[in-house]
Amino acid sequence: MKSTHRAAEPVDEAGPGPQNESNDRALVEARGLTKRFGEFVAVDAINFSIRRGEAFGFLGPNGAGKTSTMRMIAAVSPVTEGRLEVFGTDPATHGAEIRARLGVVPQSDTLDTELTVFENVYIYGRYFGLPGEVLRPRISELLEFVQLAERGDSKVEPLSGGMKRRLTIARALVNEPDLLVLDEPTTGLDPQARHALWDRLYRLKQRGVTLIITTHYMDEAEQLCDRLVVMDQAKIVAEGSPTDLIARYSTREVVELRFPVGVQERIGDRLDGLATRSEVLPDRVLLYTDDGDRTTAEITRRELAPESTVVRRSTLEDVFLRLTGRTLVD
Amino acid sequence: MLPVPLRVVEANARTYRRTWKGSVVTTFLSPVLFLAAMGLGLGSLVDRETGARALEGLAYISFLAPGLLAATTMQTGASESSWPVMAGIKWIKTFDAALATPVGVPDLVAGHLVWVAVRLLMTSVVLVVVIASFGAVSLADALLAVPAAVLTGMAFAAPVTAYTASTEQETRLSSLFRFAIIPMFLFSGTFFPASQLPDWLESVAYATPLWHGVELCRGAALGTDATLPVAAHASYLLAWVAVGWSLSVRSLRRRLLP
Ligand SMILES: Nc1ncnc2c1ncn2[C@@H]1O[C@H](COP(=O)(O)OP(=O)(O)O)[C@@H](O)[C@H]1O
Ligand SMILES: [Mg+2]
Repeated sequence: MKSTHRAAEPVDEAGPGPQNESNDRALVEARGLTKRFGEFVAVDAINFSIRRGEAFGFLGPNGAGKTSTMRMIAAVSPVTEGRLEVFGTDPATHGAEIRARLGVVPQSDTLDTELTVFENVYIYGRYFGLPGEVLRPRISELLEFVQLAERGDSKVEPLSGGMKRRLTIARALVNEPDLLVLDEPTTGLDPQARHALWDRLYRLKQRGVTLIITTHYMDEAEQLCDRLVVMDQAKIVAEGSPTDLIARYSTREVVELRFPVGVQERIGDRLDGLATRSEVLPDRVLLYTDDGDRTTAEITRRELAPESTVVRRSTLEDVFLRLTGRTLVD
Repeated sequence: MLPVPLRVVEANARTYRRTWKGSVVTTFLSPVLFLAAMGLGLGSLVDRETGARALEGLAYISFLAPGLLAATTMQTGASESSWPVMAGIKWIKTFDAALATPVGVPDLVAGHLVWVAVRLLMTSVVLVVVIASFGAVSLADALLAVPAAVLTGMAFAAPVTAYTASTEQETRLSSLFRFAIIPMFLFSGTFFPASQLPDWLESVAYATPLWHGVELCRGAALGTDATLPVAAHASYLLAWVAVGWSLSVRSLRRRLLP
């Protein structure tokens, strides 16, 4: 497992070296990858490569093209243009082989609600051609792993959203995949369920499973991803480790100022020169700075008298909002 | 390892084991009611009057039973390929789940249709026992109609799968039954010979797969000569299966793997 964040340098084409994807060869490699639905461009000539053992994130607002990209990787959506290799092969010609080595957690659950928890995983395992005597003990283990061991015989219908998500993960692991693709694994879950799920994903990563995760939660990306790309309007707009991205697109700290009602509008140019960059939101002002204390001292000196001043570390969220804008996308 | 389409058959069988109770009553209740009301009740009138001459001395219930067998497999084949297929595509998304594994669309279609054939076989055998218990046809004779009945059901299962796969709104599934399946049930020779229909409707009836299925089942169970050679009826039904099958693959691929 790679524990250090590394900048995203394009991975060289691995030569005709050893077979079976040696460690430095990309597990997934995309060059000019494009997906169109009719005239509409959902993924616009993107490049990325994902290495064995890393957790790779696709971050982006709704409609950015994350799911379309995931589906092409999972060999369930034909590539319109460009090159895509998964496990060194082409999904167009080796779809079944690729899917045999892949675990997929789709954006919306595809569990059979009429069946029990156990049956859902069992039937899925049979699709991979796994025999019953392999599946039974493996499913017990997997249900244990996702903390659903006592629920094996209950129907899926009454399970909570978090339990269904964990069951989907157990199901995705039934073929012992080399690569696990998770499309918004925690959307719609409460904080407890999200943390429980992150914990399981972290353990998988420690076991050496390569993860691809899409999310629009910054904390999720920061927690789980070694490297990520930010997608916006079908394109990749940034790439790197969470710390890289913060260093590149934000400042070390952010000072958040709130003013009494009516005051913010009259502040005018009195904030000039306080920070590397500032952003005026309807309810507060954000000052991006490398030294929060110096900025607050200067605020006091200028007698700006904000109602509250908060100095915090820059997060991925600041990067995300800077790159994809604050306009609401639904 | 099990061939991929058979893995889909197995999945269907496992699901059916959980859900069969819901459908079993409706599948068999309706033919029993028809045999009692039409076969015995109405039949007692028909057999006394001019009907006996038109049916060349055959008891009405004996005429009816093989037709009802074909009509019931039509309904089973069509309903197994409408709501369950829509559920797989849209409501429960079991098809999406399967396609995330080595299963491909052709495997999915083959697995579904083979499973429907198994269901049709089970349904036909039970129906044949019901028919024999009504004394309509001897069990041995009625069993001869089982392959024809399964083929009839498949001639609907395949094209209805294609229809469902290309349909966005579920209301169009009820329309299919209201405007195609039920009229065929009534006018394709199940209850009376299609020759009794006005000329223009008669030729429409001959074009329906059900009429060919009814002819095949009746010929097999009663030992009477079918209107056309057996091979002609069977080829017509097989053509519906083949065309429906390949259209299903096309529509499902477009729908599920955009
Ligand atoms: N099957 C489809 N047909 C037409 N447009 C689609 C289809 N799937 C996705 N899109 C469009 O492509 C764009 C990207 O969608 P998606 O990949 O789901 O984004 P994300 O997962 O980042 O929210 C959206 O505008 C969406 O409406
Ligand atoms: Mg999505």
